[in-house]
Amino acid sequence: MKTIRTPAELEELRGSLAREQDPARRVISLCGGTGCRALGSDSVFEALVERIEAENMGNQVTLRMTGCPGFCEKGPLMVIQPEGIFYHGVKVDEVPEIVTRTLTTGEMIDSLLYVDPSTGEKIAYEREIPFYKKQRPLLLEMNEKIDPTSITDYIALGGYGSLSKVLSQMTAEEVIDEVTEAKLRGRGGAGFPTGLKWRISREAPGDTKYVVCNADEGDPGAFMDRAILEGNPHRVLEGMVIGGYAIGADEGFVYVRAEYPLAAKHLAIAITQAREYGLLGKDILGSGFDFDVQIRLGAGAFVCGEETALMASIEGRTGEPRPRPPYPSQSGLWGKPTNINNVKTWGNVPIIIENGADWYAELGTEGSKGTKIFSVVGKINNTGLVEVPMGTTLRQLIFDVGGGIPNDKEFKAVQIGGPSGGCIPKEHLDTPIDYESLTELGAMMGSGGMVVTDEDTCMVDFARFFMNFVQDESCGKCVPCRLGTRAMLEVLTRITEGKGQEGDMKYLAELGQQIRASSLCGLGQTAPNPVLSTLRYFPDEYEAHIRDKSCPAHVCRPLIQYFIDVETCNGCGRCLRTCPAEAISGAKKERHVIDQDLCIKCGSCQEVCRFDAVIVE
Amino acid sequence: MTTLTIDGRQVEALRGSTVLEAARENHIEIPTLCYHEALEPYAGCRLCVVELVTPKGSQLVASCVYAAEDGLVVKTNSGIVQESRRMTVELLLAAAPKAKVIQDLAAEMGIEEPRVSLGDSDCILCGLCVRACKEIVGANAISLVNRGFAKEVKPPFEIGSNACTGCTTCVLVCPTGAIKLEDVLDSRSVHRWESDFEARECKICGDHYLAPEFAPDLKELLGEEEV
Repeated sequence: MKTIRTPAELEELRGSLAREQDPARRVISLCGGTGCRALGSDSVFEALVERIEAENMGNQVTLRMTGCPGFCEKGPLMVIQPEGIFYHGVKVDEVPEIVTRTLTTGEMIDSLLYVDPSTGEKIAYEREIPFYKKQRPLLLEMNEKIDPTSITDYIALGGYGSLSKVLSQMTAEEVIDEVTEAKLRGRGGAGFPTGLKWRISREAPGDTKYVVCNADEGDPGAFMDRAILEGNPHRVLEGMVIGGYAIGADEGFVYVRAEYPLAAKHLAIAITQAREYGLLGKDILGSGFDFDVQIRLGAGAFVCGEETALMASIEGRTGEPRPRPPYPSQSGLWGKPTNINNVKTWGNVPIIIENGADWYAELGTEGSKGTKIFSVVGKINNTGLVEVPMGTTLRQLIFDVGGGIPNDKEFKAVQIGGPSGGCIPKEHLDTPIDYESLTELGAMMGSGGMVVTDEDTCMVDFARFFMNFVQDESCGKCVPCRLGTRAMLEVLTRITEGKGQEGDMKYLAELGQQIRASSLCGLGQTAPNPVLSTLRYFPDEYEAHIRDKSCPAHVCRPLIQYFIDVETCNGCGRCLRTCPAEAISGAKKERHVIDQDLCIKCGSCQEVCRFDAVIVE
Repeated sequence: MTTLTIDGRQVEALRGSTVLEAARENHIEIPTLCYHEALEPYAGCRLCVVELVTPKGSQLVASCVYAAEDGLVVKTNSGIVQESRRMTVELLLAAAPKAKVIQDLAAEMGIEEPRVSLGDSDCILCGLCVRACKEIVGANAISLVNRGFAKEVKPPFEIGSNACTGCTTCVLVCPTGAIKLEDVLDSRSVHRWESDFEARECKICGDHYLAPEFAPDLKELLGEEEV
């Protein structure tokens, strides 16, 4: 491959790649994201390759292992073009049929089609599935269209066109103006205006400057950044080169956690390819601008997502935060001005440059522009990644896109913003998703993790889970975070064990306020949010644990007991055989009894009982 | 010079100084635990927090690292400052109930019993020993290891480090007396770091000094001769 030296050469390459593509050609996109691979898409891919070869169809069909299209719940996912046929849950033994029927004649295989749970009807095309209908994919749009390990796939769809435009037609100031006018705000969670951050970095004195991409995504249940790096690493790189040009940096780092091996691999491939094509390195597209990117792997500390700890880690020091100011844009890596943005923020940049600030600023709300990606997990039907315009309400997101709560259970609350975020209860479901509204409710936008809970979730136990996470991930440098989060965990633990005391709620609230006000970094300052928000919206549940020693959701084991109902039990013996503690006794066809001293409260008896005879109290 | 307002008083401070330095320069007392004027500030103990008053509202900042800039308005003992310090001391008391320096601070604030128990450590992880060993001695014989509640100060791999020179700077700087020095006959031990040395007693003053082979500088100083 020869290096692309000018914007014209890039356009020429794009044109020739586009001409090679036959719009009527059959293209199979199989999701190769971590989720679908875990469900077996690797073997499906191998089987497809073999079968296509065996059928001698290699020159009629393009097979692509792509990034994540979002509907992780139903993986492995497959989309077949040109029709846009959507298959889900594809298994190896279904491959021959897919090849012989769908690939040859376009005939659909009924059993692989998605069934709309609300109507019971089968839906053949991706674009008609409710999960996709209300989304507005910008960042995720290309994920199912390209092979992330192929730079030409990206270029064919206009990739690096924004970079070319920036380098040939725009000054650095104009780039910053464009990003400022688009009103892009940091997608890492805090929502700082990106254009302003870039301007501060640009105006900071010094010749050496750096840009950093924060890909240390660590929130439990969050995988937005992973999906982007796995599925479309070039978009992030393109954003970083544009950012480097705008602020005057010639070196960039991507800090990606080592637990994301596929993301790191695809990114490394992308960097190598971009260098080969002259899109990274010296004199990019003949502009005289030099820029290169290196990868740094994080070693598994959540706190390294905090920008000052992240920089310490890149420098080779212990990943501990330091006080701000000075902010990284004034004094960052090795004391030089450093512009740190999240993966999604960088990914938005080429989109803004391509479509213009006005176009971008039309999406979203007054204060929050563009789209937002959430990873929706927990008690929800359509687990996966969704991208919606800012301003979409929580109800639309959870019920229309997310498909609501499984098993006809009732929605209870949604935790937004991970361990730094808060729980939002059902009375606020019509809140539009934007930075300010969520903060007002005691949550935060955060990076995009969203955990849905239902009536069977105990909110005290839920808060305890997040507190356990943050106290474990606290770096331990400052007292309020190291000891305060531990104290909150102790109190929450004793409450869930039925040992809560009068005054515990007040103490939790006080601790929370002080940890928030006094901690050194963002981790500590936001760590109490899950507890403070559940205290605010679910005080009754705390009170029930503390005063009545009961867990209304029947979750906290020390506070519940399992009984077998006299009337309903017919003595089938299923529970007796299942009980791992041998706590159940009773003669066949006679009522069974649980010995409370032996019962370990695992709930297995309730799960296996066909007559709903096992009751929890 | 820089002019700022501390507790309603206009004070002057050297350009480049921190709020804590500016306050102390003007005889305004701010309590600290992890601060030492000979060492880089750490901002870990959070006892030195002060209220920074801005048009957008108030916030707490660590005075040991916050730069004293012109026009800054700071309160060192306001309600929110006191509440924050109180919680910090209560937490420290919960984790290190036998540390005299913490007991004294708690007594001053009228804290009797912490509302939780977080163990019985003698170390409050202020990091003074680590910074002294690094910045003053240049030995880097100890460091902070692990994170969160499991954080502690240790020599590398938790075994006596041959980088330790037995200089005892860490012993001197520790606010809780957690690092114990033992000089017995011809030996010196810093038990916490598992450091043991041959140390001779001075024939004149009776103090111990290290055998020259453990402290090369001393060897030079003494010209190979024993005092």
